Amino acid sequence: MSAGAATAKKQKISVPFDYSKYLRAGKLPHIWCPGCGHGIVLKSLLRAIDKSGLEKDRICMVSGIGCSSRTPGYVDFNTLHTLHGRAVSYATGVKLAKPELKVIVVTGDGDALAIGGNHFIHTCRRNIDMTILVYSNAIYGMTGGQFSPTTPQGSMSTTSRYGNIEPSFDCCELAKASGASFVARGTAYHTQELERILLRSIQHKGTSVVEIIDSCPVYYGRQNKFKSASQMMEMIEKDGTVSVKQADRLPPEKVEGKLLRGILHEAERPEYCEEYQRLIDKVHGK
Amino acid sequence: MAGEKKKRLMQGNEACAEGALYAGCRFYAGYPITPSTEVAEVLSARLPTVGGKFIQMEDEIASISATIGGSLAGLKSMTATSGPGFSLKQEGIGFACMAEVPCVIVNVMRGGPSTGYPTGPSQSDVMQAKWGTHGDHPVIAVTPAYVQEIFSETVRAFNLAEKYRTPVMVLYDEIVGHMREAITIPEAGELEVVDRAKPECPPEEYLPYDQRYEIPPLAPFGEGYRFHVTGLNHKDDGFPTNDPGMIEEGNKRLLRKIENNKEDIWCNEDYYLDDAEVLVFSFGSTARSARFAVRKAREKGIKAGLLRALTLWPFPDKALKDAASRARAVIVPEMNLGQIVEEVQRHVAGPAVEGIHRVDGEPITPAQIIEVIERYA
Repeated sequence: MSAGAATAKKQKISVPFDYSKYLRAGKLPHIWCPGCGHGIVLKSLLRAIDKSGLEKDRICMVSGIGCSSRTPGYVDFNTLHTLHGRAVSYATGVKLAKPELKVIVVTGDGDALAIGGNHFIHTCRRNIDMTILVYSNAIYGMTGGQFSPTTPQGSMSTTSRYGNIEPSFDCCELAKASGASFVARGTAYHTQELERILLRSIQHKGTSVVEIIDSCPVYYGRQNKFKSASQMMEMIEKDGTVSVKQADRLPPEKVEGKLLRGILHEAERPEYCEEYQRLIDKVHGK
Repeated sequence: MAGEKKKRLMQGNEACAEGALYAGCRFYAGYPITPSTEVAEVLSARLPTVGGKFIQMEDEIASISATIGGSLAGLKSMTATSGPGFSLKQEGIGFACMAEVPCVIVNVMRGGPSTGYPTGPSQSDVMQAKWGTHGDHPVIAVTPAYVQEIFSETVRAFNLAEKYRTPVMVLYDEIVGHMREAITIPEAGELEVVDRAKPECPPEEYLPYDQRYEIPPLAPFGEGYRFHVTGLNHKDDGFPTNDPGMIEEGNKRLLRKIENNKEDIWCNEDYYLDDAEVLVFSFGSTARSARFAVRKAREKGIKAGLLRALTLWPFPDKALKDAASRARAVIVPEMNLGQIVEEVQRHVAGPAVEGIHRVDGEPITPAQIIEVIERYA
């Protein structure tokens, strides 16, 4: 790389992004704890939304219950904070009633995969156009640190005092098997990569699912003997994952046990609202 | 002109679907359950013909959730269910109360508890309609008794939902849900159809829960008013609050908007009430037996009368008190083990109050009611 190119790149990065365009005045500070990755993810998301060129009026952000589900309260879109596990069902109603809206669902591992598990798989099956962001920090944060469907076996939580005996879900495999036509994984650590993944997921037509590996230092970290939020990020998000591109080049033993990052699945499948419009047209003899 | 109109033989559940379409319903999300399934079947065929949307969701909770979502996006929305499905929908009904989202929930009542008697009628969800979801909140529930009335009360339910920004329940039982009767479909414009008030202020001034209004206007998502909706206690701008004063005021306004408008929401049928000494208070298909019983009692010279509630919630206490003031007894037949009879007892002082209850999946017969009327004659 020439010196000139490096300078150009540096200059590009140094241009500050104005997040205030997308944040609601007077609604900060947020509720997230120090060291939580949710704010970092939100920044990647807002940059991706900006790059998508979508107007704020056209975006509807829907969430369920939990820490990540508080996101809609801070952003200047049409926002709907619903019930535990039900975000994708409310979102389905919004989207089908008004298909011109871009629906983005913000949910967590407990919200999407436990109490909302049934809604999650059937939303993927319909392939209705929406972007589902599963902030996966392997714990119920808002209720104080109980194990969730993505908590690794053996982990400590306030309801697994002797180590979690339950196997965990692979959110991405679940989404893919259920029929989601875009499935990806990113982390709060890899912010630029996450921004690119989120942009692609927003641009995708159909159900797109992005699992975002994120850390809860307060409730997961402390119970599982992590020294700090940054150590946790490095161990779980950086060293615990490998990009799909790297994984192809690395020997199997370097990939084993690590979560894959990047776009894991992309397929063209009929989208639900378009299919429904075709049905209406058919009824009218068009 | 009315006499020239074509009559159609129609099932109660079909009349519900047709009433919804007449009222402007353009979104339905549901899950199959006996004895309400025909509502979904008819709307799955009819909604696309008017450009509306039908979706069969994965369960009852998803159905009420999508219904609320559809309404927030601006479409008049409905879901229908029965017994166990009504239990599952309660969390969504609570959300719609709290977030003030207009929608209609049809419950074709069947025998319970639990799976109970799916093909048999009951009127045992009337208290669940009132108190089924957690928290303190008012509800509106209408209780049609005839197929024609299922049509018109479904229209009225949509009107009340839109006008008062609240979920409205249409409660009828399996008997009238599956009954076929000749009904006349009203011409467009014949029945009133109400649409929700939308804001007229600039978006930056819009407050979705503006305390200055008894019922604040509701903007649809995606039309320039970017606002926040939550099931948490919230301020007038829709954002959560922990302020005790605001929490109390928000909850009280929910109650007030219904309480202050009861005269508009109430609807009763009076039958031989003017000089009734033995009053029957009834609703739904049981009221058909009650009406017959009252007529037979009159033929025998007994001054019996019927007060039939078409609005069961808010409870028609004023009409009941008025009719009961001239009566020596109030008889309350209902297909449950005693739900509305206790509500009647709460409001009536003086006359004897006696319930007639039946939970065997069979209707309460006129003979059962006549027998009790004669005891108080």
